[in-house]
Amino acid sequence: MATELGPTPVKEPASGGAPVHHPPKGVGEDNAIKSQGKWAAWLLAPTIIALGIVIVYPIISAIIMSFQKDAGLDPVTGLFTAGGPAGFSNYANWIFQQCAAPAGETVACPPGTLGAQFWSATGTTFFFTIVTVTLETVLGFWMAVIMARAFKGRSLVRAAVLVPWAIPTAVTAKLWLFIFAFEGIGNKLFNTTILWTGSEWPARWAVIIADVWKTTPFMALLILAGLQMIPAEVYEAAKVDGASAWQRFRMITLPLVKPALMVAILFRTLDALRMFDLPYILTGGANNTTTLSILVINQIRQGFNAAAALSTITFIIIFLVAFIFVRFLGANVVEQQTGAAKGKK
Amino acid sequence: MKKSKFLLPVATAGVLAITLSACGGGGGGGTAAGGSGGGDAANGLDGRGPITYVQGKDNSNVVRPLIDKWNAAHPNEQVTFKEQTDNADQQHDDLVQNFQAKNANYDVASVDVVWTAEFAAKGWLQPLKDKMALDTSKMLKPTVEAASYKGTLYAAPESSDGGILYYRKDLVPTPPKTWDEMMSMCSIATANNMGCYSGQFKKYEGLTVNASEAINSAGGAVLDKDGKPSLNTPEAKAGLENLAKAYAGGQIPKEAITFQEEESRQAFQDGKLLFLRNWPYVYNLATTEGSSKVKDVLGMTALPGKAGPGASSLGGHSAAVSVYSKNKATALDFLKFLTTEENQKFFATQGSLAPVLGSLYEDAELVAKLPYLPVLKTSIENAVPRPVTPFYPAVTKAIQENAYSAIKGEKTVETALSDMQKSIESASAGQ
Repeated sequence: MATELGPTPVKEPASGGAPVHHPPKGVGEDNAIKSQGKWAAWLLAPTIIALGIVIVYPIISAIIMSFQKDAGLDPVTGLFTAGGPAGFSNYANWIFQQCAAPAGETVACPPGTLGAQFWSATGTTFFFTIVTVTLETVLGFWMAVIMARAFKGRSLVRAAVLVPWAIPTAVTAKLWLFIFAFEGIGNKLFNTTILWTGSEWPARWAVIIADVWKTTPFMALLILAGLQMIPAEVYEAAKVDGASAWQRFRMITLPLVKPALMVAILFRTLDALRMFDLPYILTGGANNTTTLSILVINQIRQGFNAAAALSTITFIIIFLVAFIFVRFLGANVVEQQTGAAKGKK
Repeated sequence: MKKSKFLLPVATAGVLAITLSACGGGGGGGTAAGGSGGGDAANGLDGRGPITYVQGKDNSNVVRPLIDKWNAAHPNEQVTFKEQTDNADQQHDDLVQNFQAKNANYDVASVDVVWTAEFAAKGWLQPLKDKMALDTSKMLKPTVEAASYKGTLYAAPESSDGGILYYRKDLVPTPPKTWDEMMSMCSIATANNMGCYSGQFKKYEGLTVNASEAINSAGGAVLDKDGKPSLNTPEAKAGLENLAKAYAGGQIPKEAITFQEEESRQAFQDGKLLFLRNWPYVYNLATTEGSSKVKDVLGMTALPGKAGPGASSLGGHSAAVSVYSKNKATALDFLKFLTTEENQKFFATQGSLAPVLGSLYEDAELVAKLPYLPVLKTSIENAVPRPVTPFYPAVTKAIQENAYSAIKGEKTVETALSDMQKSIESASAGQ
């Protein structure tokens, strides 16, 4: 859902921070920058207001909702009545897996309730994220290195590689569902009788294979963009110095492509943590393929407020992961440009 | 440089904010509904004027001709057709949003049988009593029950659906009447190197249908008359055990746990199954599709039960009047119009939708066109509505989750049923 929106906030601060790139010279220019800044604020205001309406308001209302009880049933009339304040019970429902019981007390969520699936869904989400992002990075890097070379039909390869990424995920999932059907081409081709969507590990691998097939091109293109930033002279100089291919890759390619690589990994990680369509269509969340997003959607049908609590928890989890990336691993969405400006100075 | 250092966390938060708003968006519209709707239900009872009819995608062009017919006869009470998507979940969410917003323009809505209780309990549907009363005496009883909540009718049954047992006429001399009989015929399947029986056992709504059928057919019930779960009974155990045992014993082939309606139909048409539980739509495809190997040997009978016909789960739709409608008198007339014999026949001939009027199942002309009607009538007459509860989304999840584990043998049938029981109790107790 948010994939298309992803780049927006990245672009926005970059243009907001644009005045910074001008190396300050005399006083007059300083003033120019100031008035430019004022203008920028005015020009940005509509965007900020729009973002406020479509992002800040829903977030705050979701957080408020998460502290409300879901509607309960009036036993006499059989009609729903508003639930009232819930305190932290919606959060306890997920984190401590405490569910309501008929007598009014809380008990450990019995298997079959959504509350009982929170931790396994969290585990599944992280498992999918780690495995798919790792595979996609390795394969994507490999594809990018190939595409970066000059050879006949390079543009054709680059376009062809994009096809899986261009297909909507839901369609991809349907395609793979047919491939992984018991009578599907997957089993026919390898002469196997695996229940791809019906048993635990094959189901997981089915999701992973489909996801890797779909998103590796995205990784490859982001990494390719990074590779093309590296000037050819650097490689020539290294060659003259007698560096081997492996040395050139390790000492030049990797460090220079790292900023682009980290951003690509960050985007993919955040995306993978929200994985929904593939497992939802392929397995319906059966056989331990329920991700947090699937759990949220299932819960929305049962009660908005508990779903709001769950999406808030998901938000915090993803925020922490992103924070770790930006803070400790040097994934840097914004400073790339200022870094480049610094280099020019 | 300082500025961009400051922007960095903002940018990160921005990316993430979109994540959350994407997740929270669906919930954004939702505040606890509640309210008895008593005030709204008393309004507009005599109102006449233009109304809107809301329904999912009109694939076989049934609704438009009917509405044209109505509009020609009622120039001052025109009906506008609001067509939704063909995805049931999306239809459900669209109705929820519009009812929550008290949209007066959603006058009459087509409601899936499993949503009726939820919408009624939210106070969104006009009770069809007193001034709004509707004559249901000619309709099949289970369809009326499925449109009722706590003894009050909330919608007019519009179309119905029930399960049918398809079998191979060439291999099975007399169709089985009970589950045990059917299992004893599995030797025929083995001799012919094919699977014996399948329904739909993937973890989705179809599994709820199949598991409830198994439980109901064995004399059990998912919910009792008061809407409380009643799964810790020997009957319920016997029912679910029938499926679990057949799966463990190979009478249900192992790939059946990946089957939805289409996969199971395909397997049957390819000659890989002796018996198939499915909906009436299979008849047309299995007898006309070029690749079908069962064209001339397709037999149909009622679902097998404990001692006689089994209890099918009921499908279909009902037409309900919104409490927020301003022209309820017109709306009620339109409900009556939808359920006349003539128009019900049109539903059947044009859209292959099972009628809700018992008399039509004996209509010679209709039976000639849709030969499954007599079998379907038995099926619907013995049908049990899927659990009628306002907590249906939670109940169906509880059934799917535990029935799936039980069939695969990951859990004993007793544990699965007691987990089901506890999950449903917890859902009805609220958070």
